[in-house]
Amino acid sequence: MKKIIKYVIIDILRNKIMLAYTLFLLLISLSVFNLEDNSAKGLLSLLNIILIIVPLVSIMFSAIYVYNSAEFLELLVSQPLKRKTIWLSVFSGLASSLAIAFFVGAGIPILLYEATATGFMMLGTGLLLSVIFVAIAMLAAVITRDKAKGIGVAILLWLYFSLLFDGLVLFVLFQFADYPMEKIMVGVSTLNPIDLSRILILLKMDVSALMGYTGAIFKNFFGTQTGVLLSFLVLTLWIVIPTWLSLRKFNRKDL
Amino acid sequence: MKAFITIIVFVLFAVTGNAKTIRVGKLQAIKTIQQAIQIAAKGDTVLVDAGLYHEKNLIINKTIFLIGINHPVLDGENQYENISIKADGVVVDGFKVVHSGVSSIEDFAGIKIYNRRDVIIKNNILDDTFFGIYSQYGTNCTIEKNTLTANSKEEQQAGNGIHCWKSDSMRIIANTISGHRDGIYFEFVTNSVIWRNTSFNNLRYGLHFMFSNNDAYITNIFKNNGAGVAVMFSNHVKMFNNYFEENWGDASYGLLLKEISDGYINNNHFTKNTTGIHMEGASRIAMEKNVFDNNGWALKIQASCMDIVLTKNNFISNTFDVGTNGSLVLNTFNNNYWDKYDGYDLNKDKIGDVPYRPVSMYSMIIEQNPPAMMLFRSFMTSLLDKTEKIIPTLTPENLKDDHPLMKPLPL
Amino acid sequence: MIIASNVSKKFGKLTALDNVSVTCNKGECIALIGPNGSGKTTLIKSILGMVVCNSGFITFNEKNILHDWQYRAHIGYMPQIGRYPDNMTIGQMLEMMKDIRHQKNAVLDEDLVQQFKLNELLHKRMRTLSGGTRQKVSAALAFLFNPDVLILDEPTAGLDPVATEILKDKIIAEKQKGKLVLITSHILSELDDLVTQVIYMQDGVLQFHKTIEDLRKDTGQEKLSKAIASVMVKING
Repeated sequence: MKKIIKYVIIDILRNKIMLAYTLFLLLISLSVFNLEDNSAKGLLSLLNIILIIVPLVSIMFSAIYVYNSAEFLELLVSQPLKRKTIWLSVFSGLASSLAIAFFVGAGIPILLYEATATGFMMLGTGLLLSVIFVAIAMLAAVITRDKAKGIGVAILLWLYFSLLFDGLVLFVLFQFADYPMEKIMVGVSTLNPIDLSRILILLKMDVSALMGYTGAIFKNFFGTQTGVLLSFLVLTLWIVIPTWLSLRKFNRKDL
Repeated sequence: MKAFITIIVFVLFAVTGNAKTIRVGKLQAIKTIQQAIQIAAKGDTVLVDAGLYHEKNLIINKTIFLIGINHPVLDGENQYENISIKADGVVVDGFKVVHSGVSSIEDFAGIKIYNRRDVIIKNNILDDTFFGIYSQYGTNCTIEKNTLTANSKEEQQAGNGIHCWKSDSMRIIANTISGHRDGIYFEFVTNSVIWRNTSFNNLRYGLHFMFSNNDAYITNIFKNNGAGVAVMFSNHVKMFNNYFEENWGDASYGLLLKEISDGYINNNHFTKNTTGIHMEGASRIAMEKNVFDNNGWALKIQASCMDIVLTKNNFISNTFDVGTNGSLVLNTFNNNYWDKYDGYDLNKDKIGDVPYRPVSMYSMIIEQNPPAMMLFRSFMTSLLDKTEKIIPTLTPENLKDDHPLMKPLPL
Repeated sequence: MIIASNVSKKFGKLTALDNVSVTCNKGECIALIGPNGSGKTTLIKSILGMVVCNSGFITFNEKNILHDWQYRAHIGYMPQIGRYPDNMTIGQMLEMMKDIRHQKNAVLDEDLVQQFKLNELLHKRMRTLSGGTRQKVSAALAFLFNPDVLILDEPTAGLDPVATEILKDKIIAEKQKGKLVLITSHILSELDDLVTQVIYMQDGVLQFHKTIEDLRKDTGQEKLSKAIASVMVKING
């Protein structure tokens, strides 16, 4: 398995889009930290970029890569290799490449300018988000055979997680405005890795006091050690479940 | 300084003739202050040497000058009220008052004034007292340059730093108060002034006003208290040049105004508070030249407020400028500087040509539906705010500053 | 060596393989012939395990290939279209394949690598290669590990005449070593001196599986192309 991962990473790291993505993140994070007068504010500006750009690039790049590798996958399948090995290798290759790109582009500036609990939380969730959206992209790509359709699905999924889901939440909140929704909201937030990451990061920042305004429920849950551990567990599930589903599908897929 | 005051006192009473000075101390004839007070007459000075004194409850029932040299320590042994003042015109100067009794029935204090007037309490250090300095029906008293420290952990078992109840014409000047329940507490206190005090790290409020009219507090610093400063059920209160800082917690604010009328809030600084000012049922309040920076909400004006006039204030780096819970707005905003203003000034008169709406859509949503805080700083909500700016639907139509300034005022 | 029994495969409504049974043995060189969409590639993919059949089964050396993957160590496959990760070089590609397949003590067959002069192109990236060169890489990879079975899907498409000849010679040499070779091709004339047997498929149905001698006898035609043409006329007519 290691053998294939190695070559997938070599291939992706040479990719121009990947290079551009890394540079873009680097540029943004450096300018954000240098332009803002205090770095806590820089983090806040970086927050939105990470929550929007990272999932978008991860999901699009992975989906396109999987489609473009269709023939290569066929070749690999014709070799004495387990399909599981092939699929997980491609996943690991994509995940580690995107994670490396994020780490170089955003992680290093964060460590340089803001090596605090907030910074580490941002780094951790950013890395996890990169991997989560690789997993989601691969699920979308294995289900949809047609490339154009598959990329469309990937864009829709990104739109759903970064925008539509929140719109739905807002709609539900207003529909059930007369009911106590705080506790349910904690559960709902686990249904979207982007929301979950954002809440985790915000609670490490001093703007967390604003979140306490709604009753201390968010802070009492996500602010504690158990809460953070549970959230990371949920984020890990967001990697494991799509990967597992896509693997099942790939095992039975006709190439 | 001490010596100088003593000389002045001597000269004064030398002139009036019959006043004398009684020395108290280990090396003096009179060993306890209690003894000294017994033999003292009205107008005498009791001069106390440095040292530790176990006076139990020291009752001052004559008009005397009680002056400590190098802060003699009065230990209340966690049982007694250290000093009870039960005569007019008493001066208590330069003592260290420690370990007062703690009781849930009686309000033990380090120094307490009972129904008296013209008392002066100054230059004392109070440490580990239940209540610090307590005025009950005091009139025309001065509490000046005292340092009050306590280490209260729970609100129920804590007393207030400077506590005034049913008092009038009080002067609270240049005290430093920390670790109490409320730093300064006023209930039914009138015509008084609170000036140049520093109140920090108190469990509840830095300053707490209840039913106290015609008072002023000026140039005080309220920092890092549990919930900031609360001014409730009072009228004609003037708040000038104070600093409200770092009241940063789930339900904190710099200043809470509740059922307040006819107040003035000028030249204050609100920095790093969860909410700069929270107003409920406030009316006829003029706010001018205040600075709000780095607050969660700079201002929360509930719909129950009316005739609040905000002019020439600076709003800088606040997450939300103004929050409100209704659509009816009877308050006026004019000539303020808002750093989020993105309008233009074509005629170069330094006043923006289009109005600024300080209430964002998202802040309205949270006000109506607090769990929506889950979406704080999400793409969705910033998009909503942008759309709302173009087509206002949810935010109050007339809550706006028609003449926003282009540049911040030099405050 | 390879036995397919009653293999059927449907893609949605389309029947790609309809009850196909076939037996292939060592030393045979079998041409898979049929019009476009007749199920040739699907049959090959079924044998390679890339397509899982709906019914029937395929065995390789008496072992069912379903859920097995190790048998593919004995197969060298050259796909119809060889596309490789854009940024990988030929050298890396060969390295990777060696990493995946190489067993200890096994001798690598680098004849084609040398004859196609791929050694001089090792640093070239895959996306910069012409279709023909990529095809050469595919061919070289298929033969590299000395497999017992060679499955070649349109091997000569896109190759220049010189390369085609090199490949043909190589196929003949391997056949003579007793290997099983499966070829699909449109250009029947090229198969004349290669194949020993012919499988003819149409609409997913295996029409016949004959030795080339039988075919020539039955049709009276010497040339494979002519023989197949007359068969087609018979079947469709």
